[in-house]
Amino acid sequence: MGLATCGIAAGADRVYAALESAIRKQEHNIQLRRVGCIGYCREEPLVNIHLPGKPLVILHRVTEADTGRILHAAATGDVPRDLALCRINAWDPIVGDKLVFGTGFEDIPAYETTPYFAPQQKIVLRSAGLINPEDIDEYFAVGGYTALHKAITEMSPADVVHEVIISGLRGRGGAGFPTGLKWNFTKEEQSLRKYIICNADEGDPGAYMNRNEMESDPHMILEGMLIGAYAIGAREGVIYVRAEYPLAIERLTAAISQAQRHGLLGENIFGTDFSFSVTIAGGAGAFVCGEETALIASIEGQTGRPRPRPPFPAQKGLWGMPTNINNVETWSNIPVIIHRGGKWFSGIGVPENSGTKVFSLVGEVECVGLAEVPLGTSIRTLVFDIGNGGLRGKAIKAVQTGGPSGGCIPASLFDTPLDYAHLTEVGSIMGSGGVVVMGTETSMVDTARFFIGFTDEESCGKCVPCREGLKHMLMILDKILAGRASVADIEILEELSGLIRKTSLCGLGQTAPNPVLTTLRYFRNEYEALVERSRSS
Amino acid sequence: MDAAQLDTIVERYPGATGRVLGVLEQVQRRAGYLPRDALEYLARKLAMPLSELYSIATFYSFFTLEALGEHVVTVCMGTACHVNGAPRIVERLERLLDVGAGETTGDGKFQLTTADHAFSLTSARCFGACSMAPVLRIDNRIFGYVTPDKIPAILRQFDWEGNHHRNY
Repeated sequence: MGLATCGIAAGADRVYAALESAIRKQEHNIQLRRVGCIGYCREEPLVNIHLPGKPLVILHRVTEADTGRILHAAATGDVPRDLALCRINAWDPIVGDKLVFGTGFEDIPAYETTPYFAPQQKIVLRSAGLINPEDIDEYFAVGGYTALHKAITEMSPADVVHEVIISGLRGRGGAGFPTGLKWNFTKEEQSLRKYIICNADEGDPGAYMNRNEMESDPHMILEGMLIGAYAIGAREGVIYVRAEYPLAIERLTAAISQAQRHGLLGENIFGTDFSFSVTIAGGAGAFVCGEETALIASIEGQTGRPRPRPPFPAQKGLWGMPTNINNVETWSNIPVIIHRGGKWFSGIGVPENSGTKVFSLVGEVECVGLAEVPLGTSIRTLVFDIGNGGLRGKAIKAVQTGGPSGGCIPASLFDTPLDYAHLTEVGSIMGSGGVVVMGTETSMVDTARFFIGFTDEESCGKCVPCREGLKHMLMILDKILAGRASVADIEILEELSGLIRKTSLCGLGQTAPNPVLTTLRYFRNEYEALVERSRSS
Repeated sequence: MDAAQLDTIVERYPGATGRVLGVLEQVQRRAGYLPRDALEYLARKLAMPLSELYSIATFYSFFTLEALGEHVVTVCMGTACHVNGAPRIVERLERLLDVGAGETTGDGKFQLTTADHAFSLTSARCFGACSMAPVLRIDNRIFGYVTPDKIPAILRQFDWEGNHHRNY
């Protein structure tokens, strides 16, 4: 039974309870397990059913009323066809041995031919929705912690960093800085204490992949951090998670104590002199804390306001010590890179953009959910092949990528590959991977106002351009939307945007005007129509 | 909250890493807000000026300084929810709960409590439940695919009777 936050909200906990009581009452020889989420959120609640020698079958939109016939079918070696979404005959968890489920049920569509899954390649979400995130044994069963063993018993810290460098992995939190090079900065610092931090303060509205990564496969993140700590020379790690994710915190906490019991966290891991511990620190709802220096201030118990860099966290980070910060999804890629090698990883995706990225496909799109595709996949493939186009057949006007720091990309540019350079070229950014689909009825000026309203609220108030500039942008946008603006206002809006980008202290302010700049670039007619209206009235 | 309860919370954070926000988060979760006397006690206990705790409490949106109603209705204001009609959800909630007519317009933060303290209406940046947008949360339960017309039935599950307006 898939039991992540989305599934639970769709009723998965009630289905689980119904299955549990029916199994107990009827003494079926059926084991009921919890798993995370495979990412097809629209079809929740999802139940995976595996009968001996048969493929794993994913049942979708399961309700409490279905539980009786699911169990009845299972008892006779069958599955209810009307609930079957697809079947998985075998699965490659990439790190461990291939999982072979079985054959048969050929009338049920294969996973590989299901439109939602076919273009996807699961590396980060390799076990999400298939293993029990609350059971370390299931993580072991898919090769868990073997990459850690390999790293600390067969490789030197420099070898590990080298492997990550040749993998070409870039930070998945937004800026896309090469991870291996970043590790090297902190590794090279001479210090008795160093820290590594996992940034799990997923703040972009419209992005929720990190939540699923933590809820579905928390050990993957711990293993990535352990390998990183070994490479960098850190003994202490912190996971900074937003308070809005209680289930993720619960599962990470459980994973940490299981890993401690197995000696995978603590002193002398695998009998070596490598020791490492992890603390969970809660974020309390401040978007600016995605910025590294603000995040550190927050962990130290201060207001999350950024400070000028240098010194960079690699030199002076948490408690003044060298600190390396990576996003949840960046850490998630590490075990695979160590297990399969950096060269293997660099073969996925496109040059300069190796690996996959998990995108949250939401808004006015038919098949909402989390989709993991190789970098370089086109927006069109994501929105039309995986997403099956607009909600209820509606026409699509644009997608918004990268959250409040990103931009709106019009449908005419949907052949743009989803990679760092191309998204920047069209005025947006990769960000954390949120993709919000907007139908033709969505006003782009209102969308721009939504984001400026957001960043204005979230501005920490430290530097003037961001604090005052965004307020003025908001006033102008309100004036335009109210039909009281002139052409000159649009020009001032553009001028202000450029100024805020150039002069703000941190990334929040430097990227905040992007939603306005991209909508002005591609949908200027909508601004002009509103100005026109005010002139004629 | 009394001193013993606060002591127990502080003891759960032996290291300095993540302690201040962690303690405040626990107090917010248990008391529903950060009471002034609790902050005064914690300032002494954590050896921090009260002004600094106040600064933290007002900086982070998770904390509130006023007692919230018995049930807290939080509307997600994330992008997917906005596109799928969150503003209309807020409008309807304002009317049904008879709070802050107009004060919630726009996308800003708000926190409004009914006169009988049965409900508070507030906003969140994003729950990360975007696939079910628009989304609202009442206490710890998340409701997805909300439409304005579904709201009365949802509220009734929390003893809403449609008369939580001002006491005359």
